[in-house]
Amino acid sequence: MKRREFLAGLAGTLASPGAALAQADPLESIIRVLTNGAPVRKGKVTLELPQLADNGNSVPIRITVDSPMTATDHVKSIHLYSDRNPVPNMASFYLGPRAGKAEINSRVRLAGSQRVTAVAQLSDGTFWSDTAPIVVTLSACLDES
Amino acid sequence: MAARIQIPRQAKRGEVIEVRVLIQHPMETGFRHDDVGRLIKRNVINAFSCRYSGVEVFRADLSSGIAANPYLQFYTVAEASGNLEFTWIDDERVQGSERQPIAVSG
Amino acid sequence: MRRGGRVARLLLAAAFAAPGAQAQERGIPLDQLKSGSEFLGQDLRALQADEFANPGMLWVERGAKLWREPAGKKSLACASCHKEVNMRWVAARYPRIDSRSGKLLNLEGRINLCRAQRMGAEPLRYESDELLALTAYLARQSRGAPIAVSIDGPARAHFEAGRASYNLRRGQMNLACAHCHDTNWGKRLLSETISQGHPNAYPAYRLEWQTMGSLERRMRACLSGIRAEMLPYGSQEYFDLELYLAWRAQGLPIETPGVRR
Repeated sequence: MKRREFLAGLAGTLASPGAALAQADPLESIIRVLTNGAPVRKGKVTLELPQLADNGNSVPIRITVDSPMTATDHVKSIHLYSDRNPVPNMASFYLGPRAGKAEINSRVRLAGSQRVTAVAQLSDGTFWSDTAPIVVTLSACLDES
Repeated sequence: MAARIQIPRQAKRGEVIEVRVLIQHPMETGFRHDDVGRLIKRNVINAFSCRYSGVEVFRADLSSGIAANPYLQFYTVAEASGNLEFTWIDDERVQGSERQPIAVSG
Repeated sequence: MRRGGRVARLLLAAAFAAPGAQAQERGIPLDQLKSGSEFLGQDLRALQADEFANPGMLWVERGAKLWREPAGKKSLACASCHKEVNMRWVAARYPRIDSRSGKLLNLEGRINLCRAQRMGAEPLRYESDELLALTAYLARQSRGAPIAVSIDGPARAHFEAGRASYNLRRGQMNLACAHCHDTNWGKRLLSETISQGHPNAYPAYRLEWQTMGSLERRMRACLSGIRAEMLPYGSQEYFDLELYLAWRAQGLPIETPGVRR
């Protein structure tokens, strides 16, 4: 190998891990279990979380999907992922045309400031997602009661 | 297992109704320790289902990421008068259930 | 700190001096009282107001059932003797002196005394679901009622003991209740705003506990927060403090079941 090629190769090797780290999504491999590699598009899904949690033990969450919810065009399922909790799969909700409206409200546990992602699977097989950031602080006083 | 259900008592056929559920359950994560340092075993409600006159209209797989005393709010179309039956089960295989009737006109 | 230094030092000293304890002097004047819910974020305020989703209602509902369930040797239920309509103002009057025993009783103590003496039933354990449920149910019957406790007669000594306890420095942080809740309420402690420390929403569902808890538990949480020894459940000091807190919150409406951080 010539010196020029070697240096170019070295530069390439040094550049790529940094780039890979900057772009790697910690949830990518977990979401792939659901999608089997199919593309996940941004849109249709709206994930609502407060910007700052009162307490990480119970945070209100709302997921809505823009869908007519007819027999031929509806949301099959909605999946919630955390990029920081010890268990990244938070919940999966299974809907269908009898739902009438693709909206779920619940309260979740968040183990620290993070980004929560909601992925919806539609009846046509496509996947859509939304992500929302949230700041979760620790309680001011230690409570050992 | 104590639980609260809120659905309208009556609705018109085709109307989308709101279903609210609140279940008393610690949803123990399995990551907490007791006061002498022992790990408290995980026990969460892992599956929840709503059947409308026998047909499943909503289902959820839950994990420790859902808060204690879980709250769920979802929607279903009022088709005909009947019962909405709610069932759930936790990691220790303890089951819970509730039932509420709905009167549908039109 | 030069010229302004002396004034600043005096102010600083005043902020952390032993709070005054004259006859009826109030740390917070009655017209400045604010319930703990005024120091909550929007979400928790809405959750507390939500009749259905307020998690404390799970305990209130259970309490309503227990109220009607016979218990003990005499197979009596609370409802056997007490008409619900007469329970409307009860919680707002507690803690109070039990005329027979002369003891200062909080609501939990009253329930257990009734069980032991009138029903021949076992007392309910502190922080048990049953005791929390009954206390929450009873307190909810007084929802909206202004706190109005008596500190006259035999209650006076307990009130004085409670006030002394409230103003006593303790723990590694050497703080008294008054330092946070009389002097520095409204200010930030990390990302939280210090409340005035009123008891009007207890028993309350506290997110930190992920369950319902009594006022006594909340006081224990404060004690652990200032790195002081937590007094055991059922300590007389808690009852005295509860009486003082109720006097201090005079006029505040009962909000049970409260939702707190």
